Amino acid sequence: MSTDGSLSAGGQAEPDARAAIPGFRVARSTRMHLYVLVVSLIIVVSLVSVPFWAQVGTTRTLITLFGLIALAQMWNLLAGFAGLISVGQQAYIGIGAYGVWLFADEFHLHPFIAVAAAGALAAIIALPIAPLLFRLRGGYFAIGTWVFAEVIRITVSNIQATGGGSGKTIVSAALLPIDTRIYGTYWVGLGVAVGSILIVYLLLRSKVGLALTAIRDNDLAAQSSGVNVFRSKLIVYVVAAFGCSAMGAVVALNLLRIQPAASFSVNWTAFAIFIVVIGGLGSIEGPILGAVLYFVLQQTLSQYGSTYFLLLGLLAVIMATKVPRGLWGLVVARWDLHLFPVRRGLVMSEPSAPPGQAAAVAKEPGPTAKPA
Amino acid sequence: MNWVNVAVQGILLGGLYALFAVGLALVFGVMRLVNLAHGDLGILAAFVTLGLITHAHLGLTWAALLTIVVMFCAGYVLQRGLLNFTLGTDDTRPIVVTFGLAIIIQNTLLLAFSADEQGLEGGRITTASIHLGHQLAIGWYPLLVFIVAVAIIAGLQLFLNRTKMGRAFRATSDDREAAELMGMNNRHIYSLAMAVSLAIVAVAGIALAIRTTFDPTSGSFNLIFAFEAVIIGGIGSIWGTLVGGVILGLAQTLGAQAFGSGWAILCGDVVFLVILALRPRGFFARTVTA
Repeated sequence: MSTDGSLSAGGQAEPDARAAIPGFRVARSTRMHLYVLVVSLIIVVSLVSVPFWAQVGTTRTLITLFGLIALAQMWNLLAGFAGLISVGQQAYIGIGAYGVWLFADEFHLHPFIAVAAAGALAAIIALPIAPLLFRLRGGYFAIGTWVFAEVIRITVSNIQATGGGSGKTIVSAALLPIDTRIYGTYWVGLGVAVGSILIVYLLLRSKVGLALTAIRDNDLAAQSSGVNVFRSKLIVYVVAAFGCSAMGAVVALNLLRIQPAASFSVNWTAFAIFIVVIGGLGSIEGPILGAVLYFVLQQTLSQYGSTYFLLLGLLAVIMATKVPRGLWGLVVARWDLHLFPVRRGLVMSEPSAPPGQAAAVAKEPGPTAKPA
Repeated sequence: MNWVNVAVQGILLGGLYALFAVGLALVFGVMRLVNLAHGDLGILAAFVTLGLITHAHLGLTWAALLTIVVMFCAGYVLQRGLLNFTLGTDDTRPIVVTFGLAIIIQNTLLLAFSADEQGLEGGRITTASIHLGHQLAIGWYPLLVFIVAVAIIAGLQLFLNRTKMGRAFRATSDDREAAELMGMNNRHIYSLAMAVSLAIVAVAGIALAIRTTFDPTSGSFNLIFAFEAVIIGGIGSIWGTLVGGVILGLAQTLGAQAFGSGWAILCGDVVFLVILALRPRGFFARTVTA
């Protein structure tokens, strides 16, 4: 793809300084990213160990957090990176919940393997749906995704085999020994959360990431520059379907109960929007930060019901109008901190020196950062 | 004969959907804004009318008229004070803000009126019907709603075609920057468009509330029906919303007749998806989506 070097993953066109000013190195990873990697690994390893020392309640509560992180990553991948604002991701969350029941109880897969199967099912369903919904743009695309979610919800509610409006219990998972079930669901949930972060990261490091940035900024311009807009959006849509479905499957295994009204609730999308808008749209860090903040809010305030939702709605409106890049956007504006090496940047000895005067670090024109 | 009866009901129901759709189409046409709170604003109007009747002891007619005026003013303020700031840069902001607004409205109504189903008492007209032959009966009330919908759509079309302000709406729709250069105040025009949109959705919400029961969460269905009517009719066409509404109403009532009432909405959705697949620009599309 010829657009490769002229765009940064952050959204702005990068000045073509690489060729004009020798002595600057264009890089994605810096030494800081190595520390970030080490700290991330420590965090993940300590999360893996939680079931061995924490109470069962804590373990189950953390599964909720993992679900929120995965959901937020997937919604942000759609909205923040591909400009596809969906208010219908509950379609895939519900497909995941019903999928895990279908594969575990009806097809007798192990419940934890059924999570992956449910994800694959959602991805297969998403493939033909995406071209249909892509005929709609912006806000109309958003409502179109909602219509699709409603179609699935009403169908599932009306079919006897799926338990109609009252839903189903995931019997095979309920019959597992309680430790196996809760620990296993915990680790699968952690895997889904970490996996959702990794897949977004890897997508952004790939050519798809560059294409996405171009599309989000202006899809017509991207298309006329040779970016395959349809293919890039399709990849993102299908990945998000897989991720949301796996997340829905984990939540279903945690609750053991699936029900159309809850599994296909538009509230899932509302949570995703709150988390991403508060945490920061268009970054990997933002949804993680938002999910943790939202998780704390939910644990303390969700007993207030409508008042809680009302406040969240107000917060989302205020954030979207006043702080459109969210809390992580404030961090970036203040410290220019990017924990994930997905952007190309100029590496120089004096970061604050004006361009052209700073001493050169290395004389390596061209993209030296290794491709992902 | 029963099927004819059902089809007539479907067509008349389409008038109600067109009332919800036309405001959505108007604000999209003028300022490319998709208002995800549109359905909830209609339900809000129904609750305002209910509140005026129960607390201020107004009659239905006066309460409805006052509500329409209130919603007109609220639309102007909402656009001028909030939504105008979301337009321009990217798609995400207006969608997030109007979605947030929908959640705010729903939960405010839940706090104020609880989740109970409510109804507006419309009097004798809601049960009276015209009998044509043995089995064909047309309800006066659905007919009245349909006539109101046609009148509002015709009036809006006349307003857009014949008045100076209507010309300003169309000019801004065609090219907002050129319109601004010609001395128009886009922010004012957008706000007026939202005011008109909310006045019409108030009529729709009150019409719905007299027809059937409603609760604070009814808004999202109406947003979806309105959207389907807009897309079926064709983006950018005002009369198209009526055609879209009628097709949707027919699909729902005929579907309910054929498969049972649980499948009514799904039949509407499926017809919508089929039309989206076969005729993605609807039947009367005027402008391309921008």
